[in-house]
Amino acid sequence: MDVITLAHGSGGKLTHQLIDGIFQQYFDNEILGQKNDSALLPEVNGKIAVTTDSFVINPIFFNGGDIGKISVCGTVNDLAMSGAKPLYLTVGFIIEEGLAIEDLRKIVKSIAKTAKEAGVKIVTGDTKVVEQGNADKIYINTTGIGVVTRDIYIGGEMAEPGDKVIINGTLGDHGASIMAQRGDLDFDFSTESDCCLLNNLIEDILNTSNNVKVLRDPTRGGLATTLNEIASQSQVAIELEEEQIPIKAEVRSLCEILGVDPLYLANEGKVIVIVSEEDVEKVLEVMRKNPMGEDAQIIGTIVDSNDSNVYLKTGLGGTRILNMLAGELLPRIC
Amino acid sequence: MKYLEEFRDVATVKKMLYKLKLESNKKIKIMEVCGTHTMAIFRTGIRDLLPDNIELISGPGCPVCVTPQGYIDTAIELSKREDIIITTFADMMRVPGTDSSLQKQKALGANVRMVYSPLDAVKIAQDNPDKEVVFLAIGFETTIPTIALSVKRVEELNLNNYSILQSLKTMPATMEGLVLDEEIEIDGFICPGHVSTVIGVKPYEFLAEKYGVPAVVAGFESGDIVFALYKLLKMIQDREPKIENVYSRLVKYEGNQSAINIISDIFEVTNSQWRGLGEIKGSGLKLRNEYQNIDTEIKLGISISREKKLKGCICGEVLKGKKTPLECKLFSKACTPVNPIGACMVSEEGTCAAYYKYGKK
Repeated sequence: MDVITLAHGSGGKLTHQLIDGIFQQYFDNEILGQKNDSALLPEVNGKIAVTTDSFVINPIFFNGGDIGKISVCGTVNDLAMSGAKPLYLTVGFIIEEGLAIEDLRKIVKSIAKTAKEAGVKIVTGDTKVVEQGNADKIYINTTGIGVVTRDIYIGGEMAEPGDKVIINGTLGDHGASIMAQRGDLDFDFSTESDCCLLNNLIEDILNTSNNVKVLRDPTRGGLATTLNEIASQSQVAIELEEEQIPIKAEVRSLCEILGVDPLYLANEGKVIVIVSEEDVEKVLEVMRKNPMGEDAQIIGTIVDSNDSNVYLKTGLGGTRILNMLAGELLPRIC
Repeated sequence: MKYLEEFRDVATVKKMLYKLKLESNKKIKIMEVCGTHTMAIFRTGIRDLLPDNIELISGPGCPVCVTPQGYIDTAIELSKREDIIITTFADMMRVPGTDSSLQKQKALGANVRMVYSPLDAVKIAQDNPDKEVVFLAIGFETTIPTIALSVKRVEELNLNNYSILQSLKTMPATMEGLVLDEEIEIDGFICPGHVSTVIGVKPYEFLAEKYGVPAVVAGFESGDIVFALYKLLKMIQDREPKIENVYSRLVKYEGNQSAINIISDIFEVTNSQWRGLGEIKGSGLKLRNEYQNIDTEIKLGISISREKKLKGCICGEVLKGKKTPLECKLFSKACTPVNPIGACMVSEEGTCAAYYKYGKK
């Protein structure tokens, strides 16, 4: 089995073999082909959006995706959340020596495939190799560049009382799927990670309404933590209807076994849409027509209060506060 | 799943709550002993929907919360040794010792591993013959059978590098301690469902027979809890204390005999130190003499540190149900889930964590 060695990161012959034999082969485009110390991008009309994210997931190949796919989806989705059209990506790899070259090839192919689906070009990259034990197989950093051409401003501070909160589908799929595949949990768990591109769905939403206030993907910390961020930024409270929040039965069961709350689990293919009440139905309708929004639901309302709390109305009629995730999600003893 | 939904059916539970309100006329205090019940009560918002005369108090049934700080300090000291791998249930990781936590020690390079079962810890011992694998054996009757199984497994495999640091607790003796405590008034108990799947219903009968306190073994769905409260209310109002089982879909009267047998094969009753409660007679379990080679304290010639009192923390009173977290000066200020001071804030099941998480600030 051919593996990555420190020599692949030396900048010498093996590095070039890696660049030409894998990266160039799958990422090939005219900008990457410039092969200079920085890539020169053509002029764009509009506001430039930039975002960066690092991916350190374990396992690197999981049910529903891999570290390559997630490193493109995560960054493309972050651009889309600002109303930007994603254009370019940079990709930086930190590889632990010993990684099978075939695994790297699989990851690179996955990046290329997902980038193509998203309509973005990979314009520059970097590879570093570290000694065995100094990283966990492979870490990827992606920076995304996009352009905002619409005359809109979308941001976490824009939510207003009366606005409605929509989610595009079931929550906790990614976090639960990864948990079930980690360690020695021998669960028969079929739910896949929801890792996917959301830029087309966002495009549909923004073509439908000019009254979208907030778009946010509830990744780490889940729905509860992300809504807390929005409530705090907008100085409002958010009221959720527990019975409207879509959660797969299998995810709910796993969470009950482990003693974790699905509202705090990471998602990689979900978007929280906060939109004015008058446009909520047409936004919901267009979302449900998109494969990434088939299970979209209105789950709550923005209310006038500067306590910045997120309230959950339970099925029984009780109310509880959803706080931000504190620390790490740890399974309970019993 | 469909079967479970019946116990969550909103219309049914609302009807039960209405009936409860209609029929209750006496001020009563009910203790839910188990941490998972505490969480379920908060999660479903039941507490806010009860009639004003029913007060729920949370008991000492969170296994992490009742583990003495001295025990944590000892585990932390052991984790500093190169030749030791500490294996533990996940929610022990964040419990604060005097100066550190296992999570911090892990970040500093200690070999601390989270496991879902002590049998996983045995496997780690098999894979690391040059290390002593110490399993942090805490918890109630729910986790004790698998800990006993791990001891049996070690015997079968003839492994000599696995041991358990013990702080095992049993529930009925603890409940007796609470009934005998003159400062606590408890009119009835919701008994822990998970523990009862192992020990059954019989071990609680002394509560009604000896002390006249009714108890109901309940599951964790909203329907289970409200139905248990209704049963308790009726027994209290009719002055007919009994032990009822409304979790019969999982709990048998005589419990799980094979689990009970394996516990008594491996362990014997002892007194036990509880965080905040001190020593409770007959409320613990320890390895029988023939298994002393698996007792970390004996094997490594150490003894669990004495507990140092945490300044300002009222976890002890909270565990007894004497006070609520809201009466603690540290609660939600110095002591939060991110920076827990007392154990009741550390564990997801802890009363303080439940109060904090579900918005009783």
